Amino acid sequence: MMWARLIVGAGGSGVGLRASRGGLQRVAGAACAGRRQQQRRASSTEAALRKTPLFDFHKEHGGKMVEFAGWSMPVQYRDSHLASHVHTREHCSIFDVSHMLQTKVHGKDRVKFMESLVVADVEELKDNQGTLSLFTNEKGGIIDDLIVTKTDQGYLYVVSNAGCADKDSAHMKARLAELKAAGLDVELEFLDEALIALQGPSASQVLQKGLKDDLSKLTFMTSTLASVFGVPDCRVTRCGYTGEDGVEISVPRSRIVELTEKLLTNSEVKLAGLGARDSLRLEAGLCLYGNDIDESTTPVEASLVWTIGKRRRQTKDFPGADIVIPQIKAKTARKRVGLVSTGPPVRQHTAILSPDGQVIGEVTSGCPSPCLKKNIAMGYVDATFAKNGTAIQVEIRKKTQPATVSKMPFVPTNYFFG
Amino acid sequence: MAMRAALRCLSANFSPRLPQLSSPAQVSATQLLWRSCSRRTLSTTPAPNTALKFTEKHEWVQVEGGISTVGISSYAQEALGDVVYCGLPEVGQRFEKMEEFGALESVKAASELYSPLTGEVTEINTELAENPGLVNKACYADGWLIKMTIEKPEELDELMDQAAYDKFIKSLEE
Repeated sequence: MMWARLIVGAGGSGVGLRASRGGLQRVAGAACAGRRQQQRRASSTEAALRKTPLFDFHKEHGGKMVEFAGWSMPVQYRDSHLASHVHTREHCSIFDVSHMLQTKVHGKDRVKFMESLVVADVEELKDNQGTLSLFTNEKGGIIDDLIVTKTDQGYLYVVSNAGCADKDSAHMKARLAELKAAGLDVELEFLDEALIALQGPSASQVLQKGLKDDLSKLTFMTSTLASVFGVPDCRVTRCGYTGEDGVEISVPRSRIVELTEKLLTNSEVKLAGLGARDSLRLEAGLCLYGNDIDESTTPVEASLVWTIGKRRRQTKDFPGADIVIPQIKAKTARKRVGLVSTGPPVRQHTAILSPDGQVIGEVTSGCPSPCLKKNIAMGYVDATFAKNGTAIQVEIRKKTQPATVSKMPFVPTNYFFG
Repeated sequence: MAMRAALRCLSANFSPRLPQLSSPAQVSATQLLWRSCSRRTLSTTPAPNTALKFTEKHEWVQVEGGISTVGISSYAQEALGDVVYCGLPEVGQRFEKMEEFGALESVKAASELYSPLTGEVTEINTELAENPGLVNKACYADGWLIKMTIEKPEELDELMDQAAYDKFIKSLEE
């Protein structure tokens, strides 16, 4: 038995299970795939791997540590992957996402700086509002996805993928040098803070007990500074990577174990690892960078047109806009879509075939859906087959199986809009 | 029909599981076998022809009456996680030793199965279509996968016995 090829996302290759850029409730189709990866016992490699401030805590709580994007991260704890997935949909779970890159952009030209790198209309964001966005390259390819929040504290708060941390920081620093040379006022600050996500329908009820502010005023994709269960200086942002209501909390490293322990005293809360995170995000139709989107896919191919700000479509001043903007009207040859099927599970790199057996695309992420009890997947297909409801086929172990193009999210999202 | 089967498998996986042993490598598979198979008469030394033999790919084989029963080890089922789909061959299919004969799938992973011996499939565990979680719950008993003929008995000698397999697993964990 060739066991345990982890399909939890792009692991050791440097791309990560990213944290979600949460807001994707409108992400309509998408291609996700997971990369098969030989599961490695952390014991042999962990010496070289980076550890979050919760590393010892994970081990004490039965975390099975695996390599992920150069970090030693829990893939699951004592509960099975399935139990953990279902718990998150019915109650709530804590995910350690401290491996993600957190950056503050300071200076009066911070919006101009950010808009020179991403497709979002950052200017139009209200105070403390955030959005999912994309760093693009000159060819319109996606360098990474991220969430940018326009805080009322005089800085932008940016969270991007662990697997892309090195290239993201280099990319931002290069643009910083350029703009500073041109006399603009911008500074970057890479944060050392820990980051956890509390996700699930009871997340707000759990969090409210440790918060002075009324959480019903913190709607999806908004952010606030707060003291949480007595831990000051936390940034609480209502977003996540599961499709559920919930928050991501950026916490001073020295207090993260204390806060996580306090949250866990509530019986609603359990720890969840990368395994559940991957199946939850796939059910929610959210992309995994490195699998479903990368530098060879444009926002239009990836069905992420909604992330491109209206004003930015007019001004055409983000990297690769000359290629991306015309694609919106002209369409692209391929498009990211959702797939559903029964029978053997559909995984990354599964070939997608037309009804007459021609190869029309490839799966980029897929797994058996714990909630829907059928197989779900994302992949890129020839645009003529991209319509919801189109009957196609997938080839699994040399046998073709019927599948259907499906809208995403596969499982309805449960974001809090007030 | 396949859909209904899939539904049941999943719900079966949501039911409470047996207590997980935190370190399967430390527990011999034989102990697990005895625990999960209450109808067996208790004996500390199983008859030689019914002892388990293991492959490096974590399949086990047990020979009885000239037919071998094949399954996966506790170490393998633990690594794989909740099995939600069992892709098994059809009765009558013939496999060479180490030829792929099927696959087990959990939410996170797909694991191909390799034939420990050369032979023809005489029976498959049809219970697994409805309840693939049996592979996790009782991998050495009700969670068996296939039965097959033994064309080349000498191939059995190439497999590991329990002690050698336990040692092999320990080496993997180091």
